[in-house]
Amino acid sequence: MKTFKLGGVHPPENKFSEKQPVEILPVPESVSIPLAQHLGVPANPVVKKGDKVKTGQLIAKGEAFISANIHSSVTGTVTKIDDVIDTSGYRKKAIIIKTEEDEWDGSIDTSDNLIKECNLSREDIVKKINEMGIVGMGGAAFPSHVKLMVPKGKKAEYFLINGVECEPYLTADHRLMLEKGEELMVGITIQMKALGVDKAIIGIENNKPDAIEYIGKLAQEYKGISVEPLKIKYPQGAEKQLIKALINREVPSGKLPIEVGCVVHNVGTAFAVYEAVQKNKPLIERIITVTGSNIEKPCNLMVRIGSPVAALIEVAGGLPDNPGKVISGGPMMGKALNDLDVPVTKGTSGILVFSKKQSGRVPEITCIRCGKCVNTCPMALEPFFLALLVDKQRFEDCEENMIMDCMECGSCHFVCPSGRPLLDSIRVGKSNVGKMIRERSDK
Amino acid sequence: MNEIVLYSVLSIGGLGTLMAIVLYIVAQRFKVIEDPRIDTVEERLPGANCGGCGYAGCRNFAEEIVKAGSLDGFNCPPGGSETMKEIADALGLEAEEQEPMVAVVRCSGSLEAAPPKTRFEGLNTCAFAHSLYAGRSGCPYGCLGEGDCVVSCAFDAMYMDKDTGLPVIIEENCVACGACVKACPRDIIELRKKGKKSRRIFVSCINKEKGGVARKNCKVACIGCGKCVKECKFDAITLEDNLAYIDFNKCTLCRKCPPVCPTGAIHEVNLPPRKVKEKKEEDSKEA
Repeated sequence: MKTFKLGGVHPPENKFSEKQPVEILPVPESVSIPLAQHLGVPANPVVKKGDKVKTGQLIAKGEAFISANIHSSVTGTVTKIDDVIDTSGYRKKAIIIKTEEDEWDGSIDTSDNLIKECNLSREDIVKKINEMGIVGMGGAAFPSHVKLMVPKGKKAEYFLINGVECEPYLTADHRLMLEKGEELMVGITIQMKALGVDKAIIGIENNKPDAIEYIGKLAQEYKGISVEPLKIKYPQGAEKQLIKALINREVPSGKLPIEVGCVVHNVGTAFAVYEAVQKNKPLIERIITVTGSNIEKPCNLMVRIGSPVAALIEVAGGLPDNPGKVISGGPMMGKALNDLDVPVTKGTSGILVFSKKQSGRVPEITCIRCGKCVNTCPMALEPFFLALLVDKQRFEDCEENMIMDCMECGSCHFVCPSGRPLLDSIRVGKSNVGKMIRERSDK
Repeated sequence: MNEIVLYSVLSIGGLGTLMAIVLYIVAQRFKVIEDPRIDTVEERLPGANCGGCGYAGCRNFAEEIVKAGSLDGFNCPPGGSETMKEIADALGLEAEEQEPMVAVVRCSGSLEAAPPKTRFEGLNTCAFAHSLYAGRSGCPYGCLGEGDCVVSCAFDAMYMDKDTGLPVIIEENCVACGACVKACPRDIIELRKKGKKSRRIFVSCINKEKGGVARKNCKVACIGCGKCVKECKFDAITLEDNLAYIDFNKCTLCRKCPPVCPTGAIHEVNLPPRKVKEKKEEDSKEA
């Protein structure tokens, strides 16, 4: 069985909710839809206070190249466009809509019929994906149409689909593959057409044997799509690691996967593409895993974008006594929330509730030079050294030591026997080096 | 035996002389001519290499002064006017009179005034905390309390007050080198005019959020009400983005603005206690 070679860790899986079918979260009383849901330029609102909007209506336009359209996830009235706390506690612009009875925009096909045929041309598919505001559903929420536009002089050979879900606890992609397999396949064929490739590989870790079997069976009916079971290892869901595992190619430092002829999308994105192209449905809801070891009812929920996190936790049985931390995303890369009214965005893959005992860090002691972090780093960096350089503010040396290759998977911090906050230091370094590089390019 | 001694003395001595000659020639050939005035200036500088002047250490500062040939725009904050005057005398130049400055912490969000809502665990530096989240109280402008400024201070002029969770500046030690200003990721610390008898009035808040939002997180935040602006007769106070700022060059220390501030965000430092206020307190005591 395949996997990537370098580094990686095996955190306990704890996939409590993998047997829970996807439930639909009731539409909350009001939603706040952030205008900046990903890297790049925030979208510009096209509605104003007091406007009536229907579900699926365009409410903000992404005008820059790396920017995505935003659609209303509910029917109702825009109460205000104001600053709302985001996952890190800073206030960002958002459109707040008070909901009324759900009424979908007329152009959207809300039936469950599977439509296999797609007669659109390559350009039209990409245009449609852009219009419908589809972004990567893996977590970073990078606008999908940008990835599907192959730059001149480059050629895509493989289309890789990420069904790895290597983060512990999360089961959203797993459930999606089991419940929306057919739609997923059509979504993949559409994107293959858009990219002009004839080979697509779906990578699934072998802790999901039911998904491997089901998707494998479906794949036989579709030309060019194959399923590859992968050994369990974190962070296999990272783009570069997945490419290495599936087709054994290495993306050069600082380059994109297209450099080695690949485009990687998440299964969630493939499903969203299907809905956008075949059903005309913009990205207004997504599957989110709500879990944690003391959560009463771990579950997978279909949630409208902009719903408050508190509503999701409520459905899963409410906050347990003595909660320590609520995390948006996976336990390895997710972000701790400091407010439960934070809205769900296009990139939220899970909500995790940890007890005080689970969430506490071990006391930090001195580095014993065991080298575990070096062996573990999937990007072949030296985390202990980078952290040291950052502490000494030697950012030029950080850059020389490839700090920007770090994808912040957190493996180094996970294995460190001294409990050193290696990733914290590296993040500080990355932001400083990033600033340095921007200043240099401005000159 | 004697021969061995003789030969070794001769050969080593000869070699030494030869090398000395080579070294002498090389030294003459590649001589670096340095302006002796650089040393003169450097001798008079404090030698702390704090970087407060904006140059990479005292030597670099001396080089730049000599290169420029005038003292305009040069200032050594730790040395102050005295040092600059000494340098001016030594070089035969004119030194501008420099107003002494002092660092001021513009946040009063203590643990009591701005109660922490979250517990922070991780790398204990402000730089990281700033990139991670808005802060313990939820105020995205307030002090993060991890003490990057204290670490940066080379003059022992700062410490973290454990009770308030805020940094405190020891005025006697502060030389206004500006290291803490650079270290703070939120630009909370400002260099202000020290003033006569180090008396100062300043707005101890930099929150630009709307009043209600700012107040929710912190009891002593500037809410941008503008009362102080109306009170000031000298146009020293400006209100921008829901935040009042007192220009230290225009402020005459008339003490009209602090009492009108509804949140007490305007601080007076080293000013004698108010007579009126005392009376009031007495009244209340009697009552």
